[in-house]
Amino acid sequence: MGGWAIAVHGGAGVDPNLPNERQEEAKQLLTRCLNLGISALRSSLSAIDVVELVVRELESDPLFNSGRGSALTEKGTVEMEASIMDGPGRRCGAVSGVTTVRNPISLARLVMDKSPHSYLAFSGAEEFAKQHGVEMVDNDFFITEDNIGMLKLAKEANSILDSNIRAGILRCSGGEADPNERPPNQRYAPETVGCVVVDSQGRCAAATSTGGLMNKMVGRIGDSPLIGAGTYACDLCGVSCTGEGEAIIRGTLARDVAALMEYKELSLQEAVDYVIKRLDDGKAGLIAVSSKGEVAYGFNSVGMFRGCATEDGFMEVGIWE
Amino acid sequence: MGWAIALHGGAGDIPRSMPPERREPREAALHHCLQIGVDAIKAGRSPLDVVELVVRELEDNPHFNAGKGSVLTSNGTVEMEACIMDGNRKKCGAVSGISTVKNAISVARLVMEKTPHIYLGFDGAEAFAREQGMETVDSSHFITPENIERLKQAKTANRVQSNRTVGCVVVDGYGNLAAATSTGGLVNKMVGRIGDTPIIGAGTYANSLCAVSATGKGEAIIRATVARDVAALMEYKGLSLKDAATYVIEECTPERTAGLIAVSATGEVTMPFNTVGMFRACATEDGDSEVAIWHDEPCD
Repeated sequence: MGGWAIAVHGGAGVDPNLPNERQEEAKQLLTRCLNLGISALRSSLSAIDVVELVVRELESDPLFNSGRGSALTEKGTVEMEASIMDGPGRRCGAVSGVTTVRNPISLARLVMDKSPHSYLAFSGAEEFAKQHGVEMVDNDFFITEDNIGMLKLAKEANSILDSNIRAGILRCSGGEADPNERPPNQRYAPETVGCVVVDSQGRCAAATSTGGLMNKMVGRIGDSPLIGAGTYACDLCGVSCTGEGEAIIRGTLARDVAALMEYKELSLQEAVDYVIKRLDDGKAGLIAVSSKGEVAYGFNSVGMFRGCATEDGFMEVGIWE
Repeated sequence: MGWAIALHGGAGDIPRSMPPERREPREAALHHCLQIGVDAIKAGRSPLDVVELVVRELEDNPHFNAGKGSVLTSNGTVEMEACIMDGNRKKCGAVSGISTVKNAISVARLVMEKTPHIYLGFDGAEAFAREQGMETVDSSHFITPENIERLKQAKTANRVQSNRTVGCVVVDGYGNLAAATSTGGLVNKMVGRIGDTPIIGAGTYANSLCAVSATGKGEAIIRATVARDVAALMEYKGLSLKDAATYVIEECTPERTAGLIAVSATGEVTMPFNTVGMFRACATEDGDSEVAIWHDEPCD
């Protein structure tokens, strides 16, 4: 026990027919991010710095649903949200409705470090970013061809998209999905990204970032920026969740892992398993680390893009059960 | 068993030297809202309906920091937020950045009932409210001279100040629970600042064990996941409602930052706070009822 540990995720709820090339691409990205985090930990960067660094990397890559590559609102725009929490002292920062800030997770960190508040949203968040000289780009920067296509499909299906539809696009050469392969109306939030870390001083931190649900209503806020739902860290652990936002919020998932450890004295893995088992009518997953250097994850969805590593040399990247 | 209701008009540094002309209208409002709530319960309205009804009444009252009478942002504008949660199945709805809709708590309820989402903010929330035909007013409707003055003072002192959310929790005779909270937020807050009120588990929470509404310094309530923790202590550590609520207020939040009201499925009520005062009221089916502001007035 003891030593550092890190876990990353790229979303819960994966199409079982996801083509091999996409699976490989995802695993490579997760591996790259893990390695980035591992080098940072070896250079003695603190947990809070490492989670921010790793999530920035995930936001910059268009593969997952955060930063560039974010899902689109019903109006075809991008509205991103993120939150970060520092276990010691439980300081936290969150943003929603971010449209021009290149790395929402860094803006969330700034809210935590440089504002008297914990959570800023929409024009207020953008104004704060501007005042602090944060790197800003046009909203177009975040929009990818893939996502424009998926929004169209989602509108046709009039449902909130899940990753099955994404696989539908990728499978057919013309870029158009076979309408017979559309999934039933499901409410997934595929590919939120997150990172949890415990450093060698036993300090835990967690960070989560997302573009939210495809075809969501303008102004919709999900679980990712909500402390206690999508993100949580305290003296005992750091947790980042992904999946159906509404289920994660109702279940206060991230806080519950910690509360079970604190109030029921469960171990990290026991707490993770308990929380996942109790998810009622909702699909989600989470990654977690404990101050003792353990790492754990759980999901009741079909698959979760994830990777984890501990100081004793253990490293694993996976998608399926 | 039996029904119970509690409501609050906010916790904070409420000076005991508060002159009667300020204290009396607030006490009267608490009595009035309590009566409305009790009457609704006796008429068989669901806990969800009752908490919404009571919070609407508190929002319309200019003496509390919600709806009319909301405190002002650093730009002199009003940005209201609210949240409602139904203990059965834990359905919930929340809004932030409301500036023209008369009753933010009702928008939150509509989000819960009429959208596939839980939480809408700012322009999106306002647009939704309009689509739903909700009553909108000019944002000047919510602004009171008192709050213009408060903002001026806060700017002079270069600080942000907490000033009292409103909330209501109810359990009916069958153990159904609901919670609702509404606020204008912090005096001189940054535009776009979101507090604890609309965050499920922080300012508002209800499940099959209890319903909780918190008030005080938003950032402290978020970090301590106050509302969720009361329920978690009952569930995971087997504490009673009163012990759980007291623990959260005394051990999990710093002095002078928080208060809460809570009811349990078995009809208990508790209203602990670690601030100077908390405007509050409660009543239970067995006939107990109290309205109070400071600590030495017994209510739980």
